Amino acid sequence: MLAVISVTGKDCVGIIADVSVKCREHEANIIDISQTVLQDFFCMIMLVQIDKLNVPFGDFIDAMEKLGKEKGLSIHTMHEDVFNSMHKI
Amino acid sequence: MININKDEILETINMIDTEHLDVRTITMGISLFDCITDDITRLCDKIYDKLTFCAKNLVSTGEEIEKIYGIPIINKRVSVTPISLVGSNISSEDYVKIAKTLDRAADTLGINFIGGYGALVQKGYTVGAKRLIESIPEALSTTNRVCSSVNVASTKAGINMDAVRDMGKIIKRTAELTKDNESIGCAKLVVFANVPEDNPFMAGAFHGMGEADCAINVGVSGPGVVSSAIKKAGDCDITELAEVVKKTAFKITRMGQLVAREASARLNAPFGIVDLSLAPTPAVGDSVAHILEAMGLETCGACGTTACLALLNDAVKKGGVMASSHVGGLSGAFIPVSEDAGMINAVESGCLTLEKLEAMTAVCSVGLDMIAVPGDTPADVISALIADEIAIGVVNTKTTAVRVIPAIGKGIGDSVHFGGLLGDAPVMRINTASPAKFISRGGRVPAPIHSLKN
Repeated sequence: MLAVISVTGKDCVGIIADVSVKCREHEANIIDISQTVLQDFFCMIMLVQIDKLNVPFGDFIDAMEKLGKEKGLSIHTMHEDVFNSMHKI
Repeated sequence: MININKDEILETINMIDTEHLDVRTITMGISLFDCITDDITRLCDKIYDKLTFCAKNLVSTGEEIEKIYGIPIINKRVSVTPISLVGSNISSEDYVKIAKTLDRAADTLGINFIGGYGALVQKGYTVGAKRLIESIPEALSTTNRVCSSVNVASTKAGINMDAVRDMGKIIKRTAELTKDNESIGCAKLVVFANVPEDNPFMAGAFHGMGEADCAINVGVSGPGVVSSAIKKAGDCDITELAEVVKKTAFKITRMGQLVAREASARLNAPFGIVDLSLAPTPAVGDSVAHILEAMGLETCGACGTTACLALLNDAVKKGGVMASSHVGGLSGAFIPVSEDAGMINAVESGCLTLEKLEAMTAVCSVGLDMIAVPGDTPADVISALIADEIAIGVVNTKTTAVRVIPAIGKGIGDSVHFGGLLGDAPVMRINTASPAKFISRGGRVPAPIHSLKN
C-alpha cells in the first residue's frame, strides 16, 4: 500500500530532510519524490510505502501534520486509493 | 510517479482544499420492522436499543475514513423505516413519544439528523399515517434532530389531494409552534412526490420498505469543483461544457463510491447506493447557482437558467452513473435557496422568483427547497404550492418535493437565519390569489396516462 505526502510552503533549507527523517521514524519507505521550487514556493510530492508502518496509518498522518505545523508548511498525507479511485477507470 | 500522476494528485488536493469537495453524508438506513409491538413503552425501548446498537460505530467509523483518505465527511446520519408503518394505529401522542425516542437515540449516537418520521400516503390514509401526520407539528417542535417527510403522490397512484390539503395546515402549524426559533420546524419537513426509498439526504431520508435490514447510503457533493472546472474550460461550446461536467461528476462520484465501500466494510452493513448530487452549502464557492452563472448567465434566475440547469442535471447523472456500481437516491442538482449563497443573492437582487424556481424544479433533482414565504401566507395557498410542485413530479415521472418555511411574524424583505448548513433564507413573494375552493375539494388526482406501462 502506498500513501501520497504532499508538502507545500515557503522554501527553506532541510524540508526534504525533515520529512524524510519523520518517514524513517515511522518505517515509511520512500519510493519516489517529485519536487519543484517556484520563486520562493516549495512544492513536493512524495510516494511512500506504508505496509510496514510502526504506528497506525492515522497516527502517521497526525505526525506528518504536526511536523508541517512546526515547520510552517502544509503537509497532507493521503492513501493512494483516493487518487486511484478518482483518476483511474 | 508509479501509477499516480503528479497533476492528478495536485488536482485532487486542490478540489478538497479550495473547491469544497466533500462527502456530504454517510447515512445508515436501519429497518425498524422488527421493533413492532403493541406496547408503546416497549416499542420505544426496542427502537432506541436497535438504533444505538446498529449505528454505534457510525460516527467514529466516518471519522476514521475521513482521516485516512483526507476527504471531509460532513455528516453522519441515520434513516429509519417510515414511522407510520412501525407505530400503526397508536395515538398521535404516542407517535410524539417515538419522535422523542428517535431524538434521544440521535443524541446518543452523536449524529445531527435522523430521518424517517413520516408516512407514505400517495393513494390514501391509513389510521396510523393520519395520526402520524397530525403529530408532526408537535414532534418537530419538541425535538431537535428528527426529520419528517410525507409522500403525497406518485406517478403510479396520482395525487392524494386530501393529504396535500392537510400538509398545508401541518406546515403552518409547525411554523407557529417553532416561531421563536425562525420556524425551523419547517426546515425539517418535506412533502414529496415519487419519493426515493434510499435517499441519504435530509430532511427527506427514510429507509424504504423493500430495503434490507441495514444499508449504507452515501451522498456526495461538489458544486465548487464543477463550477471551477467550467471556469477553467473557458469559452468552449455547450457540447464541450457538458463533457467537462460529466468528467468532473465522474471523479466526484468515484470518491463517494470509495467512501461508501469502505464504510460498508467497516460497519459490516451492505452498501446501498451512492447519491450523486450536487448539494450546495452557504459557504462561498459551494453554490449551484454559481455553476449556472459560470455557464454564462449574469445571475441565476435570468432567462436561460432552466436550460443551464437541465444540462447540468443530465451531465451530472451521465458522469456519475459509470463511477458507482449502484446509483440511487435523488441524484442530480439541488437548488435549496437558503443553503446556496448564489441563490440567496439572486433572490435578494429580485432576479430569482418563486415562479422561476418552480420552472427550474422541472429539470432539477428535487423541488422547491428551503424557501421562506411570509408568515401570514394562508394554509390553502401553501397546499396549492405543494399541488403545483407535486404535479410536475407526477406528470414527469420524477421526484419533486416542497420544503417551504412560512416565516411567522416576517414579511417580504425580511430574512430567516437558521445558521450552519441550513443557511439564511430571504422571505420571498408568493402569489396569494385564493385557491381555497380547489384545495377544499379533496379527493385524488388520477394517475397520468403514461403511468399505465404494463
